[in-house]
Amino acid sequence: MSKHTLSVLVENKPGVLARIAALFSRRGFNIDSLAVGPTEHPDVSRMTIVVNVEDLPLEQVTKQLNKLVNVIKIVELDQSAAIQRELVLVKVRADNETRSQIVEIVQLFRAKTVDVSPDAVTIEATGSSDKLEAMLRMLEPYGIKELVQSGLVAIGRGARSITDRSLRALDRSA
Amino acid sequence: MTEHAASPRRGDTPAAHAPAPQHVVETMTGAQSLIRSLEAVGADTVFGIPGGAILPAYDPLMDSSKVRHILVRHEQGAGHAATGYAQATGRVGVCMATSGPGATNLVTPIADAYMDSVPIVAITGQVSSKAIGTDAFQEADICGITMPITKHNYLVTDPAEIPRVIAEAFHIAATGRPGPVLVDIAKDALQATTTFRWPVETSLPGYRPVTKPHAKQIREAAKLLVGAKRPVLYVGGGVIKAQATAELRILAELTGAPVVTTLMALGAFPDSHPQHLGMPGMHGTVPAVTALQKADLLFTLGARFDDRVTGKLDSFAPYAKVVHADIDPAEIGKNRPADVPIVGDAREVLADLIVAVQAEFDAGHKSDYAEWWEKLDEWKRTYPLGYEPAPGGQLSPQQVIERIGRLVGPEAVYAAGVGQHQMWSSQFIQFEKPGTWLNSGGAGTMGYAVPAAMGAKAGRPDTVVWAIDGDGCFQMTNQELVTCALNDIPIKVAVINNGSLGMVRQWQTLFYNQRYSNTVLHAGPDHDGIAPPAQGTRIPDFVLLSEAMGCVGLRCERPEDLDAVIKQAMEINDRPVVIDFIVHQDAMVWPMVAAGTSNDEIQFAKGVRPDFGDDLD
Repeated sequence: MSKHTLSVLVENKPGVLARIAALFSRRGFNIDSLAVGPTEHPDVSRMTIVVNVEDLPLEQVTKQLNKLVNVIKIVELDQSAAIQRELVLVKVRADNETRSQIVEIVQLFRAKTVDVSPDAVTIEATGSSDKLEAMLRMLEPYGIKELVQSGLVAIGRGARSITDRSLRALDRSA
Repeated sequence: MTEHAASPRRGDTPAAHAPAPQHVVETMTGAQSLIRSLEAVGADTVFGIPGGAILPAYDPLMDSSKVRHILVRHEQGAGHAATGYAQATGRVGVCMATSGPGATNLVTPIADAYMDSVPIVAITGQVSSKAIGTDAFQEADICGITMPITKHNYLVTDPAEIPRVIAEAFHIAATGRPGPVLVDIAKDALQATTTFRWPVETSLPGYRPVTKPHAKQIREAAKLLVGAKRPVLYVGGGVIKAQATAELRILAELTGAPVVTTLMALGAFPDSHPQHLGMPGMHGTVPAVTALQKADLLFTLGARFDDRVTGKLDSFAPYAKVVHADIDPAEIGKNRPADVPIVGDAREVLADLIVAVQAEFDAGHKSDYAEWWEKLDEWKRTYPLGYEPAPGGQLSPQQVIERIGRLVGPEAVYAAGVGQHQMWSSQFIQFEKPGTWLNSGGAGTMGYAVPAAMGAKAGRPDTVVWAIDGDGCFQMTNQELVTCALNDIPIKVAVINNGSLGMVRQWQTLFYNQRYSNTVLHAGPDHDGIAPPAQGTRIPDFVLLSEAMGCVGLRCERPEDLDAVIKQAMEINDRPVVIDFIVHQDAMVWPMVAAGTSNDEIQFAKGVRPDFGDDLD
């Protein structure tokens, strides 16, 4: 099994997320992470889906996704040729003794302290999964009170855009 | 404007070839807009039942001179009728129901149409948009429920969207790989005043079915076919849906390759043709099943390597390379990897193949299947389809079906339910033409036959339509005979009455030590399923039941009466006819490949494995 990152351009219509989630579960695929948001085109949303599958079932799920009428385009982003980011917000136990150590870790990982209270600090960090994992490992001994993490978002390197052609087609048909 | 598929057949929705667009813009209610849209896409028949949420639509429907509404007795009947209509005519079938239970009663036929890729549009009423999500009276999330069993579905709350959604629904249902589309319309959208515009611009940026095959793949496929020693044309329902049967025949005769037609493809290639080996699969012919097992090339056209065809997948056709042509890219490589994948409409694929094969011949490459045909002919001679006569002057079900097929002929449409009678129909009726065999292949929906036959007859009133049903199936959906009787839809129904759920009983005989748990239909729970007398299901009395529903009811219990009763039924055309054939209860469907085993283990009859010799193994 290996991780694959799929960028899926979809029509921004009600029920699209449900269709995609239902398709994954019906065909027996687990979604590792999922992020949905707007794109530069108001009628198009972009989903970034991380799945943990072999190549052959991946081909099948991509083909099945392509059959959904609201799916405009699917691109698998090669990890080496794409920038992949996640966002984490984490609330760590902190007192006068440990606070400065925690802040040092935050600086090491180029994260940000976004909230401070007498008993805790809240940290915001973005980066690859590996980097965030490493930071959380460092913070763990101080006591993680709460943690929330976004799905992964990714974009290919270089000047080429996956949205160019498909969005032009959308403008024509609109 | 959305791209329409290049093919004039599958890209063709009535909306697409409407005469030079005369733009219409009128003010009316959403309900009127719906009916006008249905008229504009060319829907001429709708099967349905009204109810609260869809009620506004039924008012303008009453005034439509173009759309005939047929009031069914259960929404499931409406759905299967739409499917039967579509399969028999090649046009999109339409059914209509109200919200909640009306809509959920359509779920089975929608799932059935999805599995068999049948183009239908289901229109359902929904509670008012403000009430959606409040558990209102007769509310059901039918879009959510049908998401995995429709090609696409819509929830409409804005009346202005109605014409566009109807145009898109018919286009999606009919093009690419056909399938069911559901349109759920909120009651307030039907009641509101809106503007009806036609023709309407569709917006489907994510829907672009590929119909034109890749030239390089076609050349590659032609080369393999000409060079093969033991090829088989493995033909599925896609060839019928693409109306590609003439092209199939040309390719088959040009190359001389043998043909097998799956359950969904019966009629795609004439059963009487010397190159036809029959149906492959669990109850296929020995020559068809064996040819696939021994083949060096599966030339697959619009088929999907269903488990009922392949048996145990990893031992299926072990020596064969695979050419796989299908309109749905997701089918290619799904179950069996393809050496040459071809995405395209079967008719375009076949048309291009004919040219490519001819080019191979012109280049001096000749196909030589003579040795292969020696084997095939031997298997055909040694293992023809047949059946044991029934004991003691009883009717044998195979004989009943065979005689119906023989006397009624290949011009008629035959619709079957699901079970033994379905398999015998596939085996013992000679199919010569496409669109003459309707059945529930993928979903295996018992009760399909009567409503599907009704739909077929409504769509092709000049064609003789027979339903071949079992006594189990018949008790699920026979109420649609009332609809037939009252709406001048004179179908014929042959009930193959063996007093039991015959196919399940066959499995109990073979795999459950003849313990007939809950398969006895002719008696209550105390009967062991073995003790005589077994004289078919008599409660209900199907003759009296049929008469009560406005049909002619006939019964036949003896072989010597068989032809006379079929002829009697053939002469009645002013109302539906039901014949209750009381048949021998222990008849079994042979040949058979037991579920989950290899096709090499095919049994010609109980305990009899054909002898193939070993030279090819």
